[in-house]
Amino acid sequence: MSTLVSLLAPARYLSRAEAEALARRALSMATAEATRVSIQSGTRGNTRFAVNQISTAGDDFNTTITVRSLYGRRSASVTTNKLDDDGLRYAVETSERLAKLAPEDPEEMGELPPQQYAESQGWSDATAALEPDGRARAVRAITEATRAADLHGTGYLETTAGSFAVANSKGLFAYARGTGTALTTTVRTPDGSGSGWAGESHHDFSRLNPASIGERAIQKARLSANAVAIEPGRYTVVLEPTAVANLVQLLGFALNARNADEGRSFFSKPGGGNKIGMKIVDERVTIVSDPLDPEVPANTFTGEGLPTSRTIWIENGVVKNLSYDRFWAQKSGRPPVPFVGSLRMNGGSASMEEMIASTPRGILVTRFWYIRPVDPRTILYTGLTRDGTFLIENGRITKAIKNLRFNESPVFMLNNLEAMGAPVRVSASESGSPGLAISVPPIKVRDFTFTSLSDAV
Amino acid sequence: MTDRRDFLKHGSLAAAALWTGACSSGAPPTIPAPGPAQTPSATPPADIQIPTRELMMRALDAARDAGAGYADVRIGRYRNNFIVTREQQIINVVDTDSIGCGVRALVDGTWGFGATRTLTADGVAGAAREAVAIAKASRIARDRSVELAPTEVHRDVTWKSTYEIDPWTVPIEQKVDLLLRANAEALKVPTVKYVFSIMYFVKEDRSFASTEGSTIDQTVIRSWVPMQITAVAPDFSDFQNRSSVVQPAGRGYEYVLAQDLVGNAAKWAEEAAQKIKAKPVEVGKYDLILHPSHLWLTIHESIGHPTELDRALGYEANYAGTSFIAPPEKMLGKLKYGPEFMNVRGDRSQPGACATIGYDDEGVKPEDFLIIKNGVFNDYQTTREQANWLKWWYDQQGIRPRSHGCSNGDSWASVQFQRMPNVSLLPGERDIGWDEIIADTDRGIAIVGDGSFSIDQQRYNAQFGGQVFHEIRGGKIVGMLKDVAYQMRTPDFWNAMDMIGGQRSYELGASFFDGKGQPPQSNAVSHGCPPARFRQINVINTGRKA
Repeated sequence: MSTLVSLLAPARYLSRAEAEALARRALSMATAEATRVSIQSGTRGNTRFAVNQISTAGDDFNTTITVRSLYGRRSASVTTNKLDDDGLRYAVETSERLAKLAPEDPEEMGELPPQQYAESQGWSDATAALEPDGRARAVRAITEATRAADLHGTGYLETTAGSFAVANSKGLFAYARGTGTALTTTVRTPDGSGSGWAGESHHDFSRLNPASIGERAIQKARLSANAVAIEPGRYTVVLEPTAVANLVQLLGFALNARNADEGRSFFSKPGGGNKIGMKIVDERVTIVSDPLDPEVPANTFTGEGLPTSRTIWIENGVVKNLSYDRFWAQKSGRPPVPFVGSLRMNGGSASMEEMIASTPRGILVTRFWYIRPVDPRTILYTGLTRDGTFLIENGRITKAIKNLRFNESPVFMLNNLEAMGAPVRVSASESGSPGLAISVPPIKVRDFTFTSLSDAV
Repeated sequence: MTDRRDFLKHGSLAAAALWTGACSSGAPPTIPAPGPAQTPSATPPADIQIPTRELMMRALDAARDAGAGYADVRIGRYRNNFIVTREQQIINVVDTDSIGCGVRALVDGTWGFGATRTLTADGVAGAAREAVAIAKASRIARDRSVELAPTEVHRDVTWKSTYEIDPWTVPIEQKVDLLLRANAEALKVPTVKYVFSIMYFVKEDRSFASTEGSTIDQTVIRSWVPMQITAVAPDFSDFQNRSSVVQPAGRGYEYVLAQDLVGNAAKWAEEAAQKIKAKPVEVGKYDLILHPSHLWLTIHESIGHPTELDRALGYEANYAGTSFIAPPEKMLGKLKYGPEFMNVRGDRSQPGACATIGYDDEGVKPEDFLIIKNGVFNDYQTTREQANWLKWWYDQQGIRPRSHGCSNGDSWASVQFQRMPNVSLLPGERDIGWDEIIADTDRGIAIVGDGSFSIDQQRYNAQFGGQVFHEIRGGKIVGMLKDVAYQMRTPDFWNAMDMIGGQRSYELGASFFDGKGQPPQSNAVSHGCPPARFRQINVINTGRKA
């Protein structure tokens, strides 16, 4: 494989100097009253496997630049990946032409002056250096085990390494680089009667353990075979961290002040206003975003170049903050509170074993699937359990059960909290791509609502 | 699965934020537009020119030289245009433009893929060599060799989708004016406080060449007007949305004009307002009458996806899932999907449908095929690699294995794989429609528009909401319901269908965002159907109190 090393250079992305040079070149072509450019560049490597062998693999590298032109309160944006002078000029001129034609936006806040930023933390050399043969080796750690076990391993490994820069005609410049990776596998019995999932996500590839992911999925595939039906209804559930993150991140997405103030959000207060200061979930729950959290880092600035910082959304069950964009913040007489691209929920001291042992009758859930909004008034979602759903009786896992559809809200779930374990970073995207950086504990919850049974394995 | 969750769902500025910055690297790509751009309202800059044909040949040569037994190359230019508004203001005007080249190489029965935005001879040759190198690197984990079903060679062919007005030629002022006038009409309804409306246009110039000799140029245009109208109770005790008012289509700006946004906005807004006062549904079993604007999504999830052959054979198990229609030898010609009058067709030929195309991303000219024939499962969706897997079935039918032309990549940067064609429920023989089916129903719920949707990974258990729920008593609409969702098990549901409309009631519904694959790709697809009735379906009430 030595030829690969020369052919496939490590991950490509624009360095700070390259991004700054590109930004300057674009800004120098601009004639609008104000101009902002955003530059995203990076490489995504992917390797898929199915039925114990690699099915597709590829690398793609791309750089895009978005030019936003502003005349008074009129603006427009053009995005292109054609970065020679002709391509850039085409983008700048098109953006300016569209901006002049656009009606005025009364909510236009203009461009920010230069800002101070902390250095973003989400970069890992181990991830950026991973090449296709390294990915194939990681995959083989799973497929060799599944083949030896007479099971079918299917899964996906993705790595991303890239940079993001924002610059404007007022002299603002922000730059961050970051990596991401996720390795997930679904292992099935050849007769289709059992299915088990395991996966991990981190910005540092060396923190993933492919062999362990394979082992956990194999074990779940075996244990889940020949599942039996139980009656849908309200159950005590022990949720593995991935299942918790599947739902808690939905709460994160709803933390928007404007929607709340406009009366169309769970966070709207009956009679008017929003729920900042009100207790909405169990007092043991605290949810925070911190761009500098080494385990779940995020960009230290937004797409407009606004610095992000540690934000407590929910503290001891009470809503502390909702996100405010610059316009809504000004209108509300508050500082802007940007959404941060990561979440951390605090945990407790219970182990998975203890949570199971203390449950007379309940359900252990590995993960949820096809989660879609049902009612925004309560953040109610529906979806199904998948790839490892087990009945707990008298403190022990006794049998595999068929999958169940839930209709439930993370708000109700965190109100019905019984116990929490130690938080871990998980892979919580349905697609197997790295997704939101999120760290959550396993939890035990009472009265979780399952509404129907599924025959799907 | 369809992924419109990323769109409009989180309300407020999320939708706008989606368009403003920095899309991920998986986004869009490329190719040269013929001639100068035509935007009448101001002098456009000179358009981008790329020597596509020469570059494609260079890439194929490089792949061959590096050891590929087969290779294909796609050079594409993928453009989007968005106008985003709320109430009486414009949030964003965005153009995106992505150009690049993707090369797929087959080496010793293993695939590799490389892509680049550097459209020079060296750039595309590099991507081709990378594709071959990745194929070789992946060879260590190969079990079964890829074999492609034969296809005709199409030399120097071109194809263009059905459109009369290229949205890129329509002045922005016109687009903005139309949206803001529609918004204003909606806001005249007293409790209606918020309106998002967006114009979303797609233009793809796609070129393809393979080592077998095909060279194909195609242009695709799609248009959509997402709109969300929100009514809020004055005491903040409730809010209700009406969305899914205009279906996406594989057509141009003429389609937008034909929707009469300004004329219809008040009606849609009134429906949002009525939902505030609507009666919460009582749980139980009801006869459901599903309008095409709703039923398309049920077809998509419960027929479109489970009949993808790669899913049935486990290739998508880790994300999209597998299928209850497996193994093929126990299902083809045997599974009773629904009543005898149920025929479901796969096609990439319906004018104005989103998955309609002249040639797929393997250079195959698609033919229409029956997925369900007289109520019985008849065929899967396939690519060239997959068609051979069903040789035994096609032998029984006296047919040569042939790809159904379902290969698609969502950009130059994405490897092509099996994606859904248009999958449509064919109309019945009786010349009836929506009104006649309602008149024939004693106690039921008629559902208009697609809403919440979720289905398991084998496509058995699903739950669907909707937009407008009419209560039916004694053959008449007697009022509006809210908090309605129905739950179903796919084969039971389709076998409960007892009435469908005729040709005049047939309509297309669609999604721009059907998600599948890892890395995830988006596919635009339409589903045609008449309204249909389903007997005694389980309905739940989704309105819980916080």
